[in-house]
Amino acid sequence: MNKNAANAGSGATPAGRPARLSLADWMPKIVMAPTVIAAIVCIYGYMIWTAVLSFTNSRMLPTYKFVGFDQYERLFMNDRWMVALSNLGIFGGLFILICLFLGVMLAIFLDQKIRAEGAIRTIYLYPMAISFIVTGTAWKWLLNPTNGIEKMMIELGFEDFRFNWLSDPDMVVYCLVIAAVWQASGFVMALFLAGLRGVDSEMIKAAQLDGASTITTYRRIILPSLKPVFFSALVILSHIAIKSFDLVAALTNGGPGYSSDLPANFMYAHAFTRSQIGLGAASAMVMLGCVLAILVPYLYSELRGERHE
Amino acid sequence: MSNVAKRQTSTLDKVLRIALYVCLLGMAAVYLAPFLVMLLTSLKDVEEIRSGTLLSLPSSLNFDAWSKAWSGACTGSQCEGMAPYFFNSFQIVIPAVAISTLLGALNGYVISHWKFKGSDVFFAALLVGCFIPFQVILLPMARTLGWLGIANTTTGLVMVHVVYGVAFTTLFFRNFYQSIPVELVKAARLDGAGFFTIFYRIILPVSTPIIVVTVIWQFTQIWNDFLFGVAFSGFDTQPVTVALNNLVNTSFGGKEYNVDMAAAIIAALPTLVVYILAGKYFVRGLTAGAVKG
Repeated sequence: MNKNAANAGSGATPAGRPARLSLADWMPKIVMAPTVIAAIVCIYGYMIWTAVLSFTNSRMLPTYKFVGFDQYERLFMNDRWMVALSNLGIFGGLFILICLFLGVMLAIFLDQKIRAEGAIRTIYLYPMAISFIVTGTAWKWLLNPTNGIEKMMIELGFEDFRFNWLSDPDMVVYCLVIAAVWQASGFVMALFLAGLRGVDSEMIKAAQLDGASTITTYRRIILPSLKPVFFSALVILSHIAIKSFDLVAALTNGGPGYSSDLPANFMYAHAFTRSQIGLGAASAMVMLGCVLAILVPYLYSELRGERHE
Repeated sequence: MSNVAKRQTSTLDKVLRIALYVCLLGMAAVYLAPFLVMLLTSLKDVEEIRSGTLLSLPSSLNFDAWSKAWSGACTGSQCEGMAPYFFNSFQIVIPAVAISTLLGALNGYVISHWKFKGSDVFFAALLVGCFIPFQVILLPMARTLGWLGIANTTTGLVMVHVVYGVAFTTLFFRNFYQSIPVELVKAARLDGAGFFTIFYRIILPVSTPIIVVTVIWQFTQIWNDFLFGVAFSGFDTQPVTVALNNLVNTSFGGKEYNVDMAAAIIAALPTLVVYILAGKYFVRGLTAGAVKG
């Protein structure tokens, strides 16, 4: 690397230096310019634009006739939206809890000097490489009320086994949980395994010398030191949950009726297929609010942590 | 500790270890089962699917469902199978990955070694872009693509993926370049080396690992995207995920689960192959955003 630096330096003539320096002063800004412009327009500009739309009575095309908070009022009077919100609560809560539980458990189990650890880890994580559309398609078949798991269990001798959650409006949201956990729990495992490998081994040795059992060591020393990993996993999982759109589209298409809709699907349906742009924009803003409520404390603590280092 | 106690703990240890392996392998079976079912189903004919169960074996290897899924199945109004959309996805993914990776590398280089007033603030603002729910930008982006005359085109989708991918690629490269000593770049600058010379001669030669991580991450993200695909593509520019969803939800006559499953595996194959060949880098990309460093 040093040799490269020397080579790069020897190419410059003293006379050319001032001109190059002034160009070099501008170069970083010129290089960043496209990204800066794109971010200002396409992230922040569009956010404001959507906010503006949410205060108008736009239907098929954006109009700029302002109606105050009418769209938000309509939104929270809308049964389909309230179903979507409560689904998000159930889906998000269970998805996060089960993923965290499975992820931590599998990571600890895999951390016990397991033979063929690499192969097992690869198997746990492969669903994460697949699209949610593929996951949804696969589980739609597995959970098929007549031909899926139910039929397999009946053939195995459990005559009374019934498993028709996919066609049951009260249970269908749990199908989303099953498929999403299958896809994302391996990822949580990978996060925690990386965290476990980073725990100070001296600390563990000291605890074991003091006679602490494996379980106590994990409970009292190792897991508490993984608090940042918990935090990251929590933020990422809730982010996945709030954004979930494709899984619903592929697995249930929101049905039966609209019993398995999530906010992202509500937004898409109203903004793009039902010509309710104002209402769709309002629902998008509520989703943004949810994400920011989780994200702002996280980024705040992250950035503060960086300054302390 | 007496000998007796030691022997007892070692038998206990053995039992626990066996339980551990049983548990781990059982979970591995659970994770593998859906893919196995997909594969088995795709190799059966409709009659075998009706009479058998999820895990019953096909009586013979039957690739009819695969060839139908590839070139004959109906996705909405067209019946050309997944093939055209499979290539659409490549047409979107390749330029989008190349451009967003290049931009990310340059941005990361600037943010970590050519700081200017406001570059840190901008980086923080860009980070937020990694996390916003994209529903918030869908409507304005649809209008913009219309104005630019690239609505429903591959170019439009490439642009969208680049714009919203750059936040992640910048983050990856910035974190990596932070670990290159500032002195190295400073020394080169004092010697008169310019912005691109330093990038090309010093930074790029050590960037291979982070380039691999970023390319894999972007490839997976963009290949698996559905939201942008369904919102911004036209009938003949649909990516493979949108086509798969249409295929599964199109039901002329009987439901052909074998074709659905073959199509799903086709749609998943490129990212699965990447994962199997370069899993280490894939995991590194996944954890890079979450665990610092």
